[in-house]
Amino acid sequence: MGERGGKRVLEKGNVAMAEGAVQAGCRCYFGYPITPQNEVPEYLSKRLPEVGGVFLQAESEIASINMVLGAVSTGVRAMTSSSSPGISLMQEGISFLAGSQLPALIVNVQRCGPGLGGIKTTQGDYYQATRGGGHGDYRTLVLAPWSVQEMFDFPFLAFELAEKYRNPVLMLPDAVLGQMKDAVVMTPPGPIITYEKDYVLDGAKGRPARNIRSMYLEDDDQELLNYALRTKYEIMEANEQRHEETETDDAEVVIVAYGTAARLALSAMQQAREEGLRVGLFRPVTLWPFPAKALRALARRVKRFLVVEMNLGQMVDDVRAVLGPEVEVDFFGRPGGGMPTPREILAHLHGRGVDKGNEWADKVDAAVDHYVWWREGVLQPREVSPVGHKGVADE
Amino acid sequence: MNTIIIDTERCKGCYLCIEACPKNCIEQNGRPNASGNYPVQFVLASECIACALCALVCPDVAITVFRHVKEAKTADTAMA
Amino acid sequence: MSKVIFERPRYLCDKVTHYCAGCTHGTAHRLVAEAIEHFGVGEKAVAVAPAGCSVMLYKYFDVDSVEAPHGRALAVGTGIKRARPDLFVFTYQGDGDLASIGLCETMHAANRGEGITVIYVNNAVYGMTGGQMAPTTLLGQRTTTTPAGRKHDNEGHPLKMAEMMATLEGVLYSERVALYDPKQIRRARKAIFHAFEVQTKHNGFGFVEVLSACPTNLHLSPVQSQKWVENEMCAAFPLGLYKDVTAKPPELPAATPEAEVNGVSQGTCHAV
Ligand SMILES: Cc1ncc(C[n+]2csc(CCOP(=O)(O)OP(=O)(O)O)c2C)c(N)n1
Ligand code: SF4
Ligand code: SF4
Repeated sequence: MGERGGKRVLEKGNVAMAEGAVQAGCRCYFGYPITPQNEVPEYLSKRLPEVGGVFLQAESEIASINMVLGAVSTGVRAMTSSSSPGISLMQEGISFLAGSQLPALIVNVQRCGPGLGGIKTTQGDYYQATRGGGHGDYRTLVLAPWSVQEMFDFPFLAFELAEKYRNPVLMLPDAVLGQMKDAVVMTPPGPIITYEKDYVLDGAKGRPARNIRSMYLEDDDQELLNYALRTKYEIMEANEQRHEETETDDAEVVIVAYGTAARLALSAMQQAREEGLRVGLFRPVTLWPFPAKALRALARRVKRFLVVEMNLGQMVDDVRAVLGPEVEVDFFGRPGGGMPTPREILAHLHGRGVDKGNEWADKVDAAVDHYVWWREGVLQPREVSPVGHKGVADE
Repeated sequence: MNTIIIDTERCKGCYLCIEACPKNCIEQNGRPNASGNYPVQFVLASECIACALCALVCPDVAITVFRHVKEAKTADTAMA
Repeated sequence: MSKVIFERPRYLCDKVTHYCAGCTHGTAHRLVAEAIEHFGVGEKAVAVAPAGCSVMLYKYFDVDSVEAPHGRALAVGTGIKRARPDLFVFTYQGDGDLASIGLCETMHAANRGEGITVIYVNNAVYGMTGGQMAPTTLLGQRTTTTPAGRKHDNEGHPLKMAEMMATLEGVLYSERVALYDPKQIRRARKAIFHAFEVQTKHNGFGFVEVLSACPTNLHLSPVQSQKWVENEMCAAFPLGLYKDVTAKPPELPAATPEAEVNGVSQGTCHAV
């Protein structure tokens, strides 16, 4: 990347993503403030009016995603962005987009949870993103950038794929990628591609009235729609798996990581190589569809994989499912805002646990003592008489 | 003569029209339609004043109302 | 010879609806279809359907339509109207949809003064899900979830949307009407027409609350349920005009210039 025309500038990931979206033709943005993605609405509130576009701060994430649903029904390119709790609120709307087969871009600059969690970085929303996230049998296409350049570039790809498959596309960076400043070329990575939109609601003039919906009550229509969607997802799985490999040619061990975790893994890989350990990096770029074909091909040569994530182990399930029990798949991750350090990753590459010293171990023990209040011996079950009207036992 | 046409297949038998008609020109007809509803029928056609109140209250738009109008000039050829 | 003086309006599809006998959703549909025809917006209208008994309105209105998640019709409508200010957008929502789960979207779209026409059908129950309590259920009214009748100390009071709407700066017009007899239907027609005009003429937010009968869940005959609306509902929800500032509309933001509208809509949607 960066070989195309245009000068390199220093920019934040969030802003680069927002500018990329505008250059990719996004003309409507609806969103609700949440750290660590506030640069996106702040930038677009100024930028979109310059190109005749619409910026609207919505009353909630629920409203945001449904405003997106309305806007994309008219054929425009529209998006929203948020961070984890806000994305949770959007799930019903995302499910409606998928069921109604509408294209939209949703960006989740992940922050740690569960609950309100904190604004530190995480990759805790992998399951939510790659399994649809809302109700019903559906998938969203998930793009995982790992650099500010990809933050800028991926909206182009996202809108193209969204329109090609008439399906919502998610970008899944994390707080670090959103906040990080780096050199980036902010000119389009290629031509802007779109597809015919024969569903657009723009008034039934000279054609029969159209309807966009996800509810099919008659006969087996809903079941049939689901089969049709399955076929679409199968085509997406066949055509849209994307990944990147670094120094896997001679690798004995390959780290599988995406996004910010892949950046940390790259440093660990380089250190490992200096120590003579032949390590490679396999970076999924699409998290759904998961790049299973390439990973399986790699596993014909490589017998040991280390999955590194900023969570307690989510993508590792996909890696294990793809590679099967024959292949050794280790995992190292840190949740709740913790970032795996290259030193820790290196230790895992050497097959050792990480010795973070007694101080850290004591802290973890103390946390378990503090939070896990139901430990055996601390809390005893006891039988009570039927619950009274105040919700407590009448004793 | 004024007249109304009731689409008996569309009629759900709510009888709001019976209630609305000031001249009692509509009544239940006692035979079910294909959907199993008991539609209404137009009786006492001579009384109908074409006020269209029946059609106005019909939630199912089952009633079309026609008003008798004198034919211009050649009034003598007008229908009875 | 004879002349047709009452027939099916052009934009109401020639289909038997799924509504129960005597349900005045059908009447409200007809009035809306008449307004679509009267204002000549049939070729640029987009209807936003709610979750509720009117979820299938796409079958009945011969205009473009989209289905919104339960309660979010006005957010969806906002998205459409912002993307395409040249379109005529209306939502058609029940009381559960608009005044309970979607209250937040309703208040904010109204407060922003979106150029959207809202047809709010208040029947005091959740029709589609089988007659549970609605935000508008009357005090003392029995529903499947208020078996002993709604009590204010437990479920609160019926929510009066037409009055609430009137308090918002963004709303140009708010009126409550009913459909229980021909006179009320004529008034409702006038109100719905005016709410359409609020959008066609002033690009403003027009709100009509239509008191409607759900005979099925009131467990009354269609005729009795109209009486119930007249006597019980109208006592709790007084009919009337709550706001109309269209004679002297407030300063609205400058309309989007034609060129820009095209840039955002046609231009963008086909060029990218
Ligand atoms: C998120 C969500 N919650 C609940 C429902 C179930 N639901 C469908 S319609 C409805 C209420 C409908 O009542 P109302 O809006 O008053 O319309 P009516 O059917 O009476 O016309 C409910 C609770 C849903 N579809 N989606
Ligand atoms: S009002 Fe309409 S549906 Fe009801 S009985 Fe009369 S014709 Fe039939
Ligand atoms: S349940 Fe009530 S609101 Fe729904 S169609 Fe029947 S009468 Fe109408």
